[in-house]
Amino acid sequence: MSTLAAVREPELDQHEEEPVFYLVDEPVHGEGYSTMFGFWIYIMSDCLLFAALFATFGVLGANYAAGPAPKDLFDLKLVALNTTMLLLSSITYGFAMLAMQKNRVLWTEAWLVVTAFFGLCFIGIELYEFADFFREGATPQRSAFLSSFFTLVGTHGLHVTTGLIWMVTLMVQVGWYGLIEANKRRLMCLSMFWHFLDIVWIGVFTVVYLLGMLR
Amino acid sequence: MFANNSALIKFILGRFTLDAFPIHEPILVATFCGVALGGTVVLGALTYFRLWGYLWSEWFTSIDHKRIGVMYIVLGLIMLLRGFADALMMRTQQALAFDGSQGFLPAHHYDQVFTAHGVIMIFFVAMPLIIGLINIVVPLQIGARDVSFPFVNNFSLWMTIAGAIIIMISLFVGEFARTGWLAYPPLSEFAYSPDVGVDYYIWGLQIAGIGTLLSGVNFTCTIVKLRAPGMTLMRMPIFTWTALCTNILIVAAFPVLAVVLALLTLDRYVGTNFFTNDFGGNAMMYVNLIWVWGHPEVYILILPAFGVFSEVTATFCGKRLFGYTSMVYATVVISILAYLVWLHHFFTMGSGASVNSFFGITTMIISIPTGAKMFNWLFTMYRGRIRFELPMMWTVAFMITFVIGGMTGVLLAVPPADFELHNSLFLVAHFHNVIIGGVLFGMFAGLAYWWPKATGFKLDPFWGKLSFWFWVTGFYFAFMPLYVLGLMGVTRRLRVFDQPSLHIWFIIAAFGAGLIALGIGCFLIQIAVSILKREELRDTTGDPWNGRTLEWSTSSPPPAYNFAFTPVVHGIDAWWDMKQRGYHRPLTGFKPIHMPKNTPTGIILGGLAMAFSFGMIWYIWWLAALSFAAAIATTIVHTFNYHRDYDIPADDVARTEAERTRLLNARAA
Repeated sequence: MSTLAAVREPELDQHEEEPVFYLVDEPVHGEGYSTMFGFWIYIMSDCLLFAALFATFGVLGANYAAGPAPKDLFDLKLVALNTTMLLLSSITYGFAMLAMQKNRVLWTEAWLVVTAFFGLCFIGIELYEFADFFREGATPQRSAFLSSFFTLVGTHGLHVTTGLIWMVTLMVQVGWYGLIEANKRRLMCLSMFWHFLDIVWIGVFTVVYLLGMLR
Repeated sequence: MFANNSALIKFILGRFTLDAFPIHEPILVATFCGVALGGTVVLGALTYFRLWGYLWSEWFTSIDHKRIGVMYIVLGLIMLLRGFADALMMRTQQALAFDGSQGFLPAHHYDQVFTAHGVIMIFFVAMPLIIGLINIVVPLQIGARDVSFPFVNNFSLWMTIAGAIIIMISLFVGEFARTGWLAYPPLSEFAYSPDVGVDYYIWGLQIAGIGTLLSGVNFTCTIVKLRAPGMTLMRMPIFTWTALCTNILIVAAFPVLAVVLALLTLDRYVGTNFFTNDFGGNAMMYVNLIWVWGHPEVYILILPAFGVFSEVTATFCGKRLFGYTSMVYATVVISILAYLVWLHHFFTMGSGASVNSFFGITTMIISIPTGAKMFNWLFTMYRGRIRFELPMMWTVAFMITFVIGGMTGVLLAVPPADFELHNSLFLVAHFHNVIIGGVLFGMFAGLAYWWPKATGFKLDPFWGKLSFWFWVTGFYFAFMPLYVLGLMGVTRRLRVFDQPSLHIWFIIAAFGAGLIALGIGCFLIQIAVSILKREELRDTTGDPWNGRTLEWSTSSPPPAYNFAFTPVVHGIDAWWDMKQRGYHRPLTGFKPIHMPKNTPTGIILGGLAMAFSFGMIWYIWWLAALSFAAAIATTIVHTFNYHRDYDIPADDVARTEAERTRLLNARAA
């Protein structure tokens, strides 16, 4: 019996003489207390979204249907330039965050503008690349490989576009309301989103472009 | 001129024409008249009693998790009626279509009915009921004031409702998919289903799925971050544990559904070749992806039901749950295994003996943690003082029914057996056995158990017990014959039969469906009677069942802020512990409480999502583009509102708590 009790007892803090059953003061769960964690979970779900698209590309990516293959299409120099743009935008976003930590509104805004510029360059180069493929007849309808290629890369591009719209909104909000807590939190969220897209792009660059050229 | 005119009309209306109205189908016309009449009466009554303003400001725009939960449950129950009407039609059709008779449903209609039945029952009955219960119960069980993201919660609700409305519109405008509930390609591809049916399916599920996904993020975060002080993970009530696992599963599974639906959308709208028969497409990729979502979905549905049974068993046996720790680990193990079994839905794909063995074995392994749970409930009952109130009755019915369903599941997990039984009525009987016997019974148990907490009065036991017996006997009459038919080789989704010896089994099944209809009728009467007799059934204590967890420590229904003071937890079954150790409810010293404000953004975005979907379904591109742009604009405008919270003044809290004191004293006197 005594061993049984020993197993059960520790789960109750019964050593307290008069147990406290409620907090007299409100717990300090300030506004946005769980936002960062919630955003992490959202990012994980987005990660799975890309995982499913990568899986689809993995299965269908070699089904050329007698159409163009990666070697016929990809221009690695262009992709390298594109990748550089996105990686640079991540660094400059980091600088924006450093400025934010020091409460420098102007520097934050300035680095966000630079980041958005690199982001726009990335989208622009990607669209140029897509237009090139289209001219060569390599449309998403041509083969399962191209369907999954355009969907995977395009979904990443759409994410970056969303990030850009978000960034402009935040630049306006920081301009109007300054670096208040809420805006700092939002900048943090966008920062996570932006770096996440960078990581996804590393995956795209490796799996789609580099491995594609080896196929 | 005429050519220009028709081009203009095509621009404005897309592929929508007057033929979209099914005026040649008497069943649909009659249904439409019924729905229109009922709808007019309801809308008229709301207008006459001037309830629109109240509904708008207190419910539709509410970010209170309890009210959102109630709205989810109302949605689930309404859609249950629709889904069950489909079931009755199928059972009647199959009972009639013998001896050369074609029954009463033409193939075109019958195929829509079985598709709609599955889609509605899973997405718009089971899911809303579960998310509704989680909404009402979880924040109370963990001693929180609301969820982490109250606005997102409201938005999730309206996305789910928008999806449900899209599916319902297909009944009277155009048609629904004729593909079966998972819309396998190539049948669901444009080449074979060029009508709007599959598009209704895609867009209805896509927007409802986004709502569910955000709800999953929200509750995962809520449970991790907002637990009351002292409530460590291993002190969380089991329902909260199952809710946590379910919501993690939602976060990890629903993105895959979004992707697979999007890929099918691209195939149908853009002409890509993911799942087509040529240009390198692979239909089995769709089947794999949809089950990578679909199998975890099964556990998303059943785990909260397991949680309900755990709470109910402990409460109505007056004992702490047997094997709390093993219950937690069993739940977690099931959640993990949920991702390792998807291929058992299509052993017949031909992936070879090794792959099939792997998935067969992982499937069988799931029965181990599930069995552990079953024994935990049994041992909780053993030497407990069992009170056979309605929730406990559903629990016992579940234990018996679910074990049968579980055993036929293990049978199906054996690949060679599955090759015989794949797509047969044996399978249909199996999954109804676990979904009705598990999920639905669980939801009925949960509704009866937490109804007084949500509304302030208990459900009438007489009509509830009547409903219970009709449901349980009806279930066995309706589905046991399907096991027999399935073993004889009858496949699912058949409309007419040639073999007269099968007839009797279908008649028995139809009789069972009739009993279930009576069960649903009694359930509705139960709700009506309970509302009429609410004074008699009122719960003034907040703890009508002598409960064990924190939700029973506050009033029924709880105030907007849930707890005047945040509770401190010292063990499993926190409220039981508080009662045992002489907890005194604080009567003074109230502080202002910080709460989120209502917002109409959720319902606006839901409406825009609906308009967008409707535009996409009917190729009304301007409508889709406009509503999409409007949704983006609304979202951005919403982010410019920084004042989303307010304080409930301490005086208001004191007044609310004084009223509760008065009720408690009146009862004691």
